[in-house]
Amino acid sequence: MTYKVTEKGNISTVFLQGEIDMDVTDKAKEVIMPLVEAKKEVHLNLKDVQYMDSSGISVLIESHQKANELGTKVILKEISKSVLKVIMMAKLEQVLNLD
Amino acid sequence: MNISESKDFLVSSASLKEVRAFSREILEKININEDLKDELVLAIAEAAQNIVKHAYKNIDSTTDKMEIKISLKDSELEIGFFDKGRAVDPAHVRHRKIDDIKPGGLGTFFIQQIMDAIVFKKGEKPWINHLVLTKRI
Repeated sequence: MTYKVTEKGNISTVFLQGEIDMDVTDKAKEVIMPLVEAKKEVHLNLKDVQYMDSSGISVLIESHQKANELGTKVILKEISKSVLKVIMMAKLEQVLNLD
Repeated sequence: MNISESKDFLVSSASLKEVRAFSREILEKININEDLKDELVLAIAEAAQNIVKHAYKNIDSTTDKMEIKISLKDSELEIGFFDKGRAVDPAHVRHRKIDDIKPGGLGTFFIQQIMDAIVFKKGEKPWINHLVLTKRI
């Protein structure tokens, strides 16, 4: 997994790329959680994520819940077909912020 | 078409990518659609992840290997997982309630959604656990 972060005002956009599985969830959290904790609105661009498993979904849930707790939000952008399928399998399409 | 192929993997999260590649390589030989292939790769990788996460819980690194065997016979796909970790009590294997939204506990749910059957067996020596996932395709 690789990533790039861009900042515009209070919005941080994280462009994730590659495969997000148990092996890289710590790395994904290290990128995303400090932005959430800084109360940024975090946009996760998932167009170049070809694979996500239950561990990756856990990162999405954890960041979403932390953002709610801190009065900000995490929005999932340009979700790839394979990631959307896993989000739907987890029945989270009404829970997470999908754009 | 009948298939029976197996491979050993180091019990480590770093092996999951290799597990997916192996699974996809075998599934490419079977005439099924891409969506089902993706689902089966996910189910296999989640089961392998469960070995790393649960059968080897609190073990930071090991040189143990797990074996994954993918077989197809008469349209019945069977995937066997063999490991030497802590013995799994099937009664304790369950996913979280799906409407109790929290991180974790989804891997087994995904496997149940994708596969027809999940059977835990006692592994024959040298194995401790033997998990069998099946699906008619």
